Amino acid sequence: MRKKTVSTVATATVLAMAMSACSSTPNNGGTNAPTPEFNAAVGKIYYESDYKGGTLKFAISEDWDSVDPGDTYYGLSWNLVRLYARSLVMYRPAPGPAGLELVPDLAESLGEVSDDGLTWTYRLREGVKFEDGTPITSKDVKYAVMRAIDTTGTLQNGVGIQGGYLQAILDLPDGDYGPYAAPGQDVSAITTPDDRTIVFHLKQPFSGFDYIAMLPLTAPVPESADDGVNYKTHVVSSGPYKFESYNAGVGFTLVRNENWDPATDPNRKALPDRYEIRLGVAADDIDNQIASGDLDVDLAGTGVQSAMLAQVLDENNPLHARADNPGSARQWYTSIIGRTAPLDNVHCRRAILYAYDRTGYQTAYGGPLAGGDISTQALVPPIPGYQKFDLYPAGPDNTGDLDKARQELAECGHPNGFDITIAYRSDRPKEQAVAESLQQSLARVGINLTLLGHPTSGYFSSFTDEFIREHNIGLATNGWAADWNDGYGFLGAIVDSRLIGPGSSNLGVNDPSIDALIDQALLEPDLDKRTAIWSEIDRKVMEGAFIVPGVWSKAVTLRSKNAANVFVHEAFGQYDYMAMSVAPPA
Amino acid sequence: MPMALGSEPITTSDTSPGRGSESIKGRSLGQIAWSRLRRDKAAVGGGVVVILLILVAIFAPLIVALLGHPPEEFHQELLDRTRGGIPTGTFGGMSRDFLFGLEPVSGRDLFSRVVYGARVSLLIAFLATLLSVVIGTVLGVIAGYFGGWVDSVIGRLIDLVLAFPLLLFAIVLVGVIPQSAFGLTGNGLRIAILVFIIGFFNWGYIARIIRGQALSLREREFIDAARSLGARGPYIIFREMLPNLAAPILVYSTLLIPTNILFEAGLSFLGVGIQPPTPSWGQTLATAVRFYNLPHYIFWPGMAIFITVLAFNLFGDGLRDALDPKTK
Repeated sequence: MRKKTVSTVATATVLAMAMSACSSTPNNGGTNAPTPEFNAAVGKIYYESDYKGGTLKFAISEDWDSVDPGDTYYGLSWNLVRLYARSLVMYRPAPGPAGLELVPDLAESLGEVSDDGLTWTYRLREGVKFEDGTPITSKDVKYAVMRAIDTTGTLQNGVGIQGGYLQAILDLPDGDYGPYAAPGQDVSAITTPDDRTIVFHLKQPFSGFDYIAMLPLTAPVPESADDGVNYKTHVVSSGPYKFESYNAGVGFTLVRNENWDPATDPNRKALPDRYEIRLGVAADDIDNQIASGDLDVDLAGTGVQSAMLAQVLDENNPLHARADNPGSARQWYTSIIGRTAPLDNVHCRRAILYAYDRTGYQTAYGGPLAGGDISTQALVPPIPGYQKFDLYPAGPDNTGDLDKARQELAECGHPNGFDITIAYRSDRPKEQAVAESLQQSLARVGINLTLLGHPTSGYFSSFTDEFIREHNIGLATNGWAADWNDGYGFLGAIVDSRLIGPGSSNLGVNDPSIDALIDQALLEPDLDKRTAIWSEIDRKVMEGAFIVPGVWSKAVTLRSKNAANVFVHEAFGQYDYMAMSVAPPA
Repeated sequence: MPMALGSEPITTSDTSPGRGSESIKGRSLGQIAWSRLRRDKAAVGGGVVVILLILVAIFAPLIVALLGHPPEEFHQELLDRTRGGIPTGTFGGMSRDFLFGLEPVSGRDLFSRVVYGARVSLLIAFLATLLSVVIGTVLGVIAGYFGGWVDSVIGRLIDLVLAFPLLLFAIVLVGVIPQSAFGLTGNGLRIAILVFIIGFFNWGYIARIIRGQALSLREREFIDAARSLGARGPYIIFREMLPNLAAPILVYSTLLIPTNILFEAGLSFLGVGIQPPTPSWGQTLATAVRFYNLPHYIFWPGMAIFITVLAFNLFGDGLRDALDPKTK
């Protein structure tokens, strides 16, 4: 989940585990709200309550790709979509590491895999209905999946097209498929023996298939209501809430779906009566409204803006107790583009890794609390297989080892350094700050950077060979969050050299032995062995000096004044939008 | 509003009737204007500030070497990194060492950045103004002198330029310029393009004013005299008319410069100006908006723009009053 500043999966912070006790007593509609404290919603539930009713107000500074479960790739959207769409499987709505566990949602149980590992079968729960009362069948799920991977790319934003996972895993036909590209075609990759059973047929064993069943694109879509991209204006709900109104670019409201039966749904409490979501509210305004209590959640979930940050991190400020500091399975880093001379030489790449100022990188992202922890490798702690190592020690103060850098430069044949361009997303001030910081720190050994800003939209697709050559681009700021928390879900799309090309998030990792290891990991049925392979891949990426690690992302967020059942869901690194409710009136 | 004649072809004499002829001393137009200008306190103040600003821009490296730190040098050790990288000192870290305080996140010396920012702002504003004035004057004089279909064509051209959505066009054009073109690279190219955009689309007003002036000059006796002596078009335009247009050109240029400074700052603010880390007032202001809780950061570049624009406007107004008292 790349572009997605606003995304995704999980973290098991040490803090979270250390503080697993609840700070508040369970409270059934009572009025004694707990005393707020810093990080009270990380690793535990802040203000447990069963109070039913009220309205939760969300806002976001920009619009995201889509509210259509099959056409969205933003973490915030995957978090929110659970209010009105039920996928086959979901993350357990619980604080702490328990949230990373998969539990059945629309399905009765997690997937049953055949002995040869090639088929995965799910059985839908009995009595599940769409908002209009029609029963949900396995055909609706099949239709939803096929439309999300349709070869016309009608729904081009979602993980179905952008992630490419299903295409790699499912035994799909050659040529066109999907309801728009090939209407009436019956694809044997997914079969529906009866109305409650759905079977996925794989090309090769893939032991993490439940993660695929977790993707929002498995939420059922009635064929009769589907009109491609426009479906987002009238999404048919399968969850406890349905759309009351939808105004493109302005906002929408969700109200109770009377045809949702709580008996079919052990995961959702559905406490609030109503949700109001506003788009295009200025980011600073959102912070101020949450502080005053006029708003409950910044939907983006990436943390408060600079101005609010200084207030919130001041321990004497009353807002400090309302702040949380969750981490997420995301890394901000810089790709080294080895196609550009002299970075085709590993020693020149290593010189960069020795010379750059890690604390400068961290400060560019807002320091240890708002930015995150300094990273020295490709994997981040929440991903199984992460083993801390540091191949390029940067001296006691972490600002770079210039002697080592000069040695590497000499070995590379450029003892006095070289000139290259760094590309960054011009509308992201933090990436500009990173580019400026790298420019400063690398200049110490004679590596001179020219800055080249490029808008976020079209950033990745602009990296054609010609563009890279014309601008002499050797570095490009980048960021990546896991699609799900395992090695493949995090590294799959960013270290496979076969994906390199315009549009890909992998801008520079180019090593055939890494590709071979990825293939090996996908076929490996044993979890421990598979995890070990991802550790090895992590090490190889750093040995080849293909990326400049930045920070393992953290955020400082502001908790709502009026909400109960608030906790950070580790799979999203954001507050759990589905579990949050309105606090009982005082 | 077009200025009335700022131009008398014949040297006027300040006659005091009834006195001896030795007390009558002829003064040139320039001398009269200068004495008027000197009496205008606001204009003199503006002029002094303008000269100071130009000196600051020219001697920026010297000033920064004496009073500050290199404009691109990081001082993150003076930032509170746990609070998002804001300066640790009071008032944004303002001290004798850092006169205007530090920039958050990077810890760069804000004083140096404002001083260096003057270079970019003034350079672009001056060059763009020069371009507008050259184009506007030449086309205005030609239209005014020849009249007829030439006037109509140039008149429509002026309408076209005035109706042009300059800001939108600038944003689009600056957004797509390559890293190198016309033998220029990086910021050199960006400055050239900004000068071109701002200058090339701003000559409409000055052309209109000059055309009006030329139209009335054309009917004057000294032009007729030159013509009857056999002078041709180019001679009359450049040797007879242009010197008499010097005043409105000078006044209008002075008033166009602050407009262009604001325009450059606006473009930089929108992110289509100079590429970072080269300092520019508009860009510093754009970054500072996110840190509105640190007033020093927004105050200094804002103040720099404010003072510059005010100084040029005061000076320009004074100059107009001095050269052309009839507009009072």
